[in-house]
Amino acid sequence: MKISDLEKLKSEGVEQLPSQERRNFLKLGFAVTGVYLGGTVLSLVSTFDADAAIRQGIPDGCEWPYSPHYTMVIRERRCIDCELCKVACVKTNNVPEYGYRTDILEIGAEAKHGLHDATFMPVLCNHCNRPPCVRVCPTTATWKDEVTGIVRMNPSRCIGCKTCMTACPYNARYFKEEIRAIDKCDFCWESRLSKGMKEPACVEACPAGVRMFGDLSDQKSEVFKLLHTQDAVVWVLRPETGATPNVYYTNI
Amino acid sequence: MSNYIAGFIPRDGSLQGSRSAAYSLAMAVMAVLTLVGIASGVYSLYVGHEHTFGISREVPWGVLIAAYVFFVVTSTGLCIVSSLGHVFGYKEFLPIAKRAVYLSIVTIISGFLVIAFEIENSWRMPYGNVVGANLSSNIWWMGTLYGAYLVFMILEFIMLQRGNHKYSIILGLSGLLIGIAAHSNLGAVFGLLGGREYWHGPYMPIYFIVSAALSGCIAIIFFTCMAYKANGWKMSPVTKHSVHTVARTAILFLSTLMFFTIWKVIAGLTGVIPGKYQAMTMLISGDYAVNFWGGEVAMGLILPFVIIMIYKGKSLNALFFASILGMIGIYMMRYDLVIVGQLVPHFHGMRILNYPEQFSYTPSIYESLIVVGGIAFCGFMFLLGERVFYGHLSEK
Repeated sequence: MKISDLEKLKSEGVEQLPSQERRNFLKLGFAVTGVYLGGTVLSLVSTFDADAAIRQGIPDGCEWPYSPHYTMVIRERRCIDCELCKVACVKTNNVPEYGYRTDILEIGAEAKHGLHDATFMPVLCNHCNRPPCVRVCPTTATWKDEVTGIVRMNPSRCIGCKTCMTACPYNARYFKEEIRAIDKCDFCWESRLSKGMKEPACVEACPAGVRMFGDLSDQKSEVFKLLHTQDAVVWVLRPETGATPNVYYTNI
Repeated sequence: MSNYIAGFIPRDGSLQGSRSAAYSLAMAVMAVLTLVGIASGVYSLYVGHEHTFGISREVPWGVLIAAYVFFVVTSTGLCIVSSLGHVFGYKEFLPIAKRAVYLSIVTIISGFLVIAFEIENSWRMPYGNVVGANLSSNIWWMGTLYGAYLVFMILEFIMLQRGNHKYSIILGLSGLLIGIAAHSNLGAVFGLLGGREYWHGPYMPIYFIVSAALSGCIAIIFFTCMAYKANGWKMSPVTKHSVHTVARTAILFLSTLMFFTIWKVIAGLTGVIPGKYQAMTMLISGDYAVNFWGGEVAMGLILPFVIIMIYKGKSLNALFFASILGMIGIYMMRYDLVIVGQLVPHFHGMRILNYPEQFSYTPSIYESLIVVGGIAFCGFMFLLGERVFYGHLSEK
C-alpha cells in the first residue's frame, strides 16, 4: 500500500482517547515549546530563516537549459530498499543479470551489537549538465539530448573503448554483451517516455514516493517545488567533479 | 615494385645479419607467440571480454591498456630520440637513429595490435571516428593523431632508406610534432577525468612526454645492444659513442622523472585529499607497494641511474643491463598508472556499507597472452628488421 493511499483512510478521531493520554500529550507539547522558547530566548536570535535551506550542487539562478529539463529528486529517507525500482528497471529495459542501470546503496555506521542506523541511497545515471562520459566518447555514441538533457546511447556507434565507464563519477555505465555496447539509464526514454508515458519505470514502481521525476524548468512541477522547499536540505553526489548532475537528493 | 623496394634496402657497407639457427629459432618462437596472442584476442572477442578478461564494471581498463600505453610511450620516445639526430642535427645520435625510427613504427603497431583486442568493437572505429568525430574527446585526438603519426613515421623511414634527407627531415619533424600531440593527448585521456582524483590534473600529459623521452632512450640502448649481441656484430666506435651519449641523455630524463615522482608522492599524501590519498597509499604501502618500490622506483629509476652513472662511457654490457631493468620498471610504471587510478571506489568516503575500500583487478590468462603476443610481435619485427635492413647501417 502506498503512503498516498494511507492518507485517504478515514480518521478514527480523538473522542475515544482516555484523559491520561491527553494529559501526556499536553505535557509533551509544553515541554517541547518550553525547550524551544528557552533556546530562542537564550540565543537571542531568530531560529527560523527562510533562506537557510542547504542546497549543494544546484546551479544558481534557477537556470535550466533544457525543456523539459528532466530530473529526478530522491527523497532518500523514505527508501526502504524494497528494490521494486530495480525489478521494474530490469524488466522494462531488458537489463541482464550481470549489470544494472540503477542500484541501491546502504549508508550507515556500524554500531554495537551488530545493529546500525541505515539510510538507503538509490543511484543511477545523473544525466549531468556537463557529462564527462559524453565529452570523452570518441565517436559520439553517447550524447546529451538537446531537448530533454537526457544522456543517451547509440549502441551501433559504440566501439567499446570503455572510456565513458572510466570517466563516469557515478559508476552508471556497464558493457552489455547482448548489444556489444555500453548500456545505461536513459530515464526510460527509449522504453517509455518516447512512447508518451510520463515517468520512468522505477518511479512508477516505487511504493514510498522516493523517486520523484519531472521537469525542473517548470516551476509548478513537483520536483521544482521539492528542491525549493523551505528548510529542505538538497544535495547531489560528488559535486567536486564539476559534472553538475541532475539527480538530486533531499531529506524531506 | 621490386626495384622500388630494393631502393630502400641498404647493401653497401652494411652488416650481414646472422643466419644462425638460433636466430631463426628465436624468430619462429616470437612468431608463434604472436599468433598465440592473436588467437587469444580473437577468442576473447568471439566469446566476450567479460568471460575471458579480468576487467569489470568497476575497473574497465586492464593490462591491455597498460601494455598499449607502454608501447606507444616507447614509440613516441624512440621518435624523440631519433629526431635528435635526423631532425635536429645532433651527430652523436645519428648511428642509432634509423633503428629508432624503424622500432618506433614496430612499437606503435604492437600497441595497436594489443588495443585492437581491448576495444570491444574495433571494426566500428573507422566509420564512427569519421561520422561521429568528437573534437572534445582526447581518445579521438589520440587515435587520429597516432594514425597520422604511423603514416609519417613510415614515410620518414622510406625516405631515410632512400637517402632523401630533405624529405626525411620534414617528415621526421612532422612525425615528431604529431607524435608529441598524440602522446600528450593520451596523457590527457587520464588527466582530464575529473572523477578520478589520482589521474586528474595537468601532471599526466607532462609526465607522459617526459617519460616517453626516457622510454625512448632506454629502449634504443636495449635494442641496439640486443641487435649487436644477437647478430654477433662488433660495435664501431662511433656507434658505441652514440649509445653512451644516449645513456647520458637518459640520466637527464631519469633525474627529471625522479623529481616528478617525488612530488607526485608528496602531493598525493599531503592534506589527505580524498581519492588521491587512497590511491597513493596503495602505491607506497598497499597492494601495489612492491610494484612501486621494486618496479617503478628501483628498476625503473634508481638502478638504471646508478648503473649508467658508474659505467657510462665504459661498459656497454652494464648499459644493456640497465636498459633491461629500465624496460621492466617502465612497464610497471604504466601498469600501476592505469590500474591504481581506477581502484578508488566511486562513492568512497560516504560510509556505504558492504562497499569495498578498494576495487581490485588481476589480469586474466587471456589478457596476459595478448600482452605476450604484443611483445613477441615487437621482438619478431625487431629481429626481422635487423636481417632485412642489415643492421640499419646505411647512414653515410
